[in-house]
Amino acid sequence: MAARDQHGTNPPWGDTFRVIGRPGRKVDGLAKATGAALYTDDLQLPGMLHARTLRSTVPHARIVRVDTSRARALPGVHAVLTGADLPERYGVIPWTQDETALAVDKVRFIGDEVAAVAAVDEDTALQALDLIEVEYEPLHAFLDPEEARTRAEPRIHEDKRDNVSKHVRLEFGPVDAELAGAELIVEGDYSFQSTTHAAIEPHCAVAAHDPSGTLTLWSSTQITHYVHRTVARVLGLPESRVRVIQPCLGGAFGGKSDPFSLELCVAKLAMMTGRPVKMLWTREEVFYAHRGRHAMQMHYRTGATKDGRIRAVDAKLLIDGGAYSSFGLVTTYYAGQLLTGPYAFPSYRFDSTRVFTNKPPCGPKRGHGSVQPRFAFETQLDEVAHALGLDPIEVRRRNFQGAFVETVNGQRVTSSGFLQCLEAVERASGWAERHGKLPRGRGLGVAGSMYISGTNYPVYPNELPQAGIQLKVDRSGLVLAFTGSNDIGQGSSTLVRNIVAEELGMDPADVRVVAADTDLCPVDLGAYSSRVTFMVGNATIDACRKLRRQLVEAVAAKWEVDAARVALGAGHAHDAEDPSRSLTTREVFQLAEARFETLGATGSYDTPELGGKYRGGTIGASPAYSFTAHVAEVEVDEETGRVTCTQLWVAHDCGRALNPTLVAGQIEGSAYMGAAEATLEHHQIDGRGLHTGPSLLDYPIPTSLDVPELHAIVVESLDPEGPYGAKEAGEGPLHPAIPAIGNAIFDAVGVRLRDLPFTPARVLAALRAQAAGGRG
Amino acid sequence: MLRLPQLQVARPRTVEEALALLGGEGALPFAGGTDLLPNLKHRLLAPQTLVSLAGVEGLSGVSVDPGGALVIGATTRLHEVAEHPEVRARAPALAMAAGLVASPQIRRMGTLGGNVLLDTRCRYVNQSAFWRKSLGHCLKKDGAVCHVVPGGQKCVAAASNDTAPALLTLGASLTVATAAGTREVPLESLWKPDGVYNRRLAPNELVTAIRVPAQAAGHRGAYLKLRPRESFDFPLLGVAVRVDAAGGVVQSADVVVVALQAVPRRVTGASDELAGKALGTQELEAAIVAVGARAHQQCRPLPNVPGDPDYRREMVPVFVRRALRAAAG
Ligand SMILES: Cc1cc2nc3c(=O)[nH]c(=O)nc-3n(C[C@H](O)[C@H](O)[C@H](O)COP(=O)(O)OP(=O)(O)OC[C@H]3O[C@@H](n4cnc5c(N)ncnc54)[C@H](O)[C@@H]3O)c2cc1C
Ligand code: SF4
Repeated sequence: MAARDQHGTNPPWGDTFRVIGRPGRKVDGLAKATGAALYTDDLQLPGMLHARTLRSTVPHARIVRVDTSRARALPGVHAVLTGADLPERYGVIPWTQDETALAVDKVRFIGDEVAAVAAVDEDTALQALDLIEVEYEPLHAFLDPEEARTRAEPRIHEDKRDNVSKHVRLEFGPVDAELAGAELIVEGDYSFQSTTHAAIEPHCAVAAHDPSGTLTLWSSTQITHYVHRTVARVLGLPESRVRVIQPCLGGAFGGKSDPFSLELCVAKLAMMTGRPVKMLWTREEVFYAHRGRHAMQMHYRTGATKDGRIRAVDAKLLIDGGAYSSFGLVTTYYAGQLLTGPYAFPSYRFDSTRVFTNKPPCGPKRGHGSVQPRFAFETQLDEVAHALGLDPIEVRRRNFQGAFVETVNGQRVTSSGFLQCLEAVERASGWAERHGKLPRGRGLGVAGSMYISGTNYPVYPNELPQAGIQLKVDRSGLVLAFTGSNDIGQGSSTLVRNIVAEELGMDPADVRVVAADTDLCPVDLGAYSSRVTFMVGNATIDACRKLRRQLVEAVAAKWEVDAARVALGAGHAHDAEDPSRSLTTREVFQLAEARFETLGATGSYDTPELGGKYRGGTIGASPAYSFTAHVAEVEVDEETGRVTCTQLWVAHDCGRALNPTLVAGQIEGSAYMGAAEATLEHHQIDGRGLHTGPSLLDYPIPTSLDVPELHAIVVESLDPEGPYGAKEAGEGPLHPAIPAIGNAIFDAVGVRLRDLPFTPARVLAALRAQAAGGRG
Repeated sequence: MLRLPQLQVARPRTVEEALALLGGEGALPFAGGTDLLPNLKHRLLAPQTLVSLAGVEGLSGVSVDPGGALVIGATTRLHEVAEHPEVRARAPALAMAAGLVASPQIRRMGTLGGNVLLDTRCRYVNQSAFWRKSLGHCLKKDGAVCHVVPGGQKCVAAASNDTAPALLTLGASLTVATAAGTREVPLESLWKPDGVYNRRLAPNELVTAIRVPAQAAGHRGAYLKLRPRESFDFPLLGVAVRVDAAGGVVQSADVVVVALQAVPRRVTGASDELAGKALGTQELEAAIVAVGARAHQQCRPLPNVPGDPDYRREMVPVFVRRALRAAAG
């Protein structure tokens, strides 16, 4: 079946690519750079109302009473919504639907949505919010995940048995026996703070309900398809009457993956009022919506031989989930499942518990679920190397699992350029001459990682393709590609354009892409789990190959030559044996249209059967894995405890780099984001349940002065199943930054930091303990 | 987006017009707006009229008077203060401090007058109205308790303006225009230990200039700040120093620290330790360490601004030493 066809790694025409593999401008690059791009908040519809949300001021409480009568009476107010108006539960994972658009009966964190008002303008809506009276009966607030794990009452979600959101325990191979026989055991506690995405565009949604009964929703989402399903269900509309469109998006990083309250509220308000309704969240509201990185407390025990080979890994993880499930079921699995590469170990156990707490819900942030365990494990690998007196890069090399292998938890790994990545950063950083030899206060650290290129777990079970695309061929010489994939700045629409141009031998300027409009575009599951390049790329090739057969056949008939002589490239069809003969793309399209009638093609992609044969074995099972190695160089100011990462060498195996500029951009963006999580960022909720600083002043994302000099190195291990051999580049390169910086601090000053972030105060305390003769 | 409250903006052309407007009910001077606008959006203030100083003649620019004093117009942008050759030559600590405020964009909007008159800051008050409601408010705005000093009856929100300590070490004064005429207010007497409103200046008084007197021969100065990032952030601690060293020997010195409490704090005894020590000597270095120790003794950061107060206290001597070395070096 077409969906699972493999298209090979070669250029479609001849020996070289004309578009693929070359740097080139993004389809929306100029529009964004000049300010012409239209984001959701740029939409202004006639008669549009503005909506705002009333939020809980208490962390955990039963709602005794909500009185909206004074708000409704305020002139200029068109509608007021409370939980009773939208009681249907939802949640991105079908098994854990525990959210409602507005609180029903109880609130679960400070910032939880309670009511929404649509009014003639925002100021009137805000005035109305002040007039809504809410009476709360406070409940004990869970702010400590350990307490939430052990204390069942009061339950944050009353239909659950306790406050555990998800528990997974999986064991592969003889862990206890291997540990008993290990020549070295390294054991320790590690902690990772919560961090958030901080996309520059805050969430925004606009809805319009037309007289014929179709609801159109424009939303700054990275997963149009799940929003479409959720909005239809919660509003009680057939899916065919709901249209969801994602306008230009100002960053997401996982923070726009869930269906959100504002989308449901504007939809309902538009239906109630008969007017278009917009809601734009403030920066503070985005911090409450969160879905960012889960804080984790991690205990790792690693057993090794005396030559540094890992025999067993035993992990116990406590995951602070916040108030709702979001993607938490997947997080709980990913935290264990994604550790089993690029190193081989014959036995592995993880026991992973996600708990509910009265905090903004956590979810997927770039490197979903696996960034935290990677920090702990790569730090522990460094401890193994140190304990055995081995070079940390050598230890990683010795444990490399190889390419085309099965992991201990039953995942199929195909291509792997991990060793090339290690070598690249080793060479570029001058590791051999400098590691362990820099003056005190300066150091180098290494770490590696692996990440997925999508998974075969489709979030809701179905037999349908995971990615679809449709091509419309116009007699003007234009191809319009309709793709459900969400371009969130990563360049997916550019990717589609470039593949179409490559396959049909066109000038890329003659390909236009219509993306993320559920009425116009075939379904794609959306921009998450680094799936888009792999899956949408394959679907695009699939559609193009069907079309190109028709184009070639029409030209061959015209020239009265064998179809094998016809080649498409650079906006023309050529005769391989008679270079004087050519036709333009436009002429080719017209010939083909005359011969085959109206032209078009669809393509799709679905993953092959993958994954371990046990419950949860498909979660994290990817058709291909990317690999990364980092070397970080740091300077530690021993008087202030301040750590400066001065250089970061990042080598990333993305398979074929379909657009090297975009790959480098993803590598850099990922690595900067990771480096900032190491030293700066902390999404912190205080002892009252209050966010300590929900603003971009108090939540310190790095400025251009706070980031290392970054050296992005692209490694291309062509994957047999990826589009032309491509894998992912958007998330993998984040992971090693954090442990590499920690390991570099150890090299610089000899203290081992196991708790993030590495704040100056923490570093100073560790240096004091070292000076006092304590354990590093 | 956070919304601004409804208000009027008046655009006077002269100081007299501005003063007349400021005499009205609920009027506030508005310079760069970089402190005022966030505070308005957070509903910390509720003026009826903002009197824009942007178009008022004669309030901007740097000059040197015949006696060698720097006269800096109140609405001179921080960027210009930081880059101006006369400021850099005559008052290096001020140039450094102005150049370390916030970010390049904000330094091109924010003025020196606005910086001197910056409102105090606290992690519990520089937040949205929703956030403060969830907290239960505090003494500085709408509430009856302090979250920094439990049981405290006095707001200890921190003076957080970078140029304040520098100007104090320089003996600067403000030229203030009021309906009754013009007066000179020494900075020494500007601030009072009340975080709710720490300036001895009425909202209807207009600062027209900042005056930095001619410094002693061999004047040197420096300003350093502790902050989470290399740009953008308010000081978690700011240290300004003056070292007058005519003929290569310290004659007199001064150290002032900001971001502790509602007023910038002078570290006493700096001159006692440093005077008479020759630049570049071990003796001077020992004296610098001693001043650091005095500063550590005298300065006790509170958990008012972000950052661990114990850590901020540990950094007091470090930053004092570094600032003194930067000035003396
Ligand atoms: C993100 C961010 C970061 C910041 N970081 C820093 C920092 O690191 N360090 C720092 O010191 N500041 C910082 N600030 C605060 C502010 O930008 C500066 O202090 C700036 O100098 C204020 O000047 P302004 O002209 O914008 O003042 P405005 O906001 O216009 O005014 C501030 C106050 O002074 C009064 N005022 C202004 N001019 C006069 C006058 N001539 N006469 C009488 N009253 C007057 C106003 O009524 C108001 O009360 C930051 C601000 C932001 C938004
Ligand atoms: S110091 Fe106390 S009273 Fe003053 S702003 Fe902070 S919490 Fe409020």
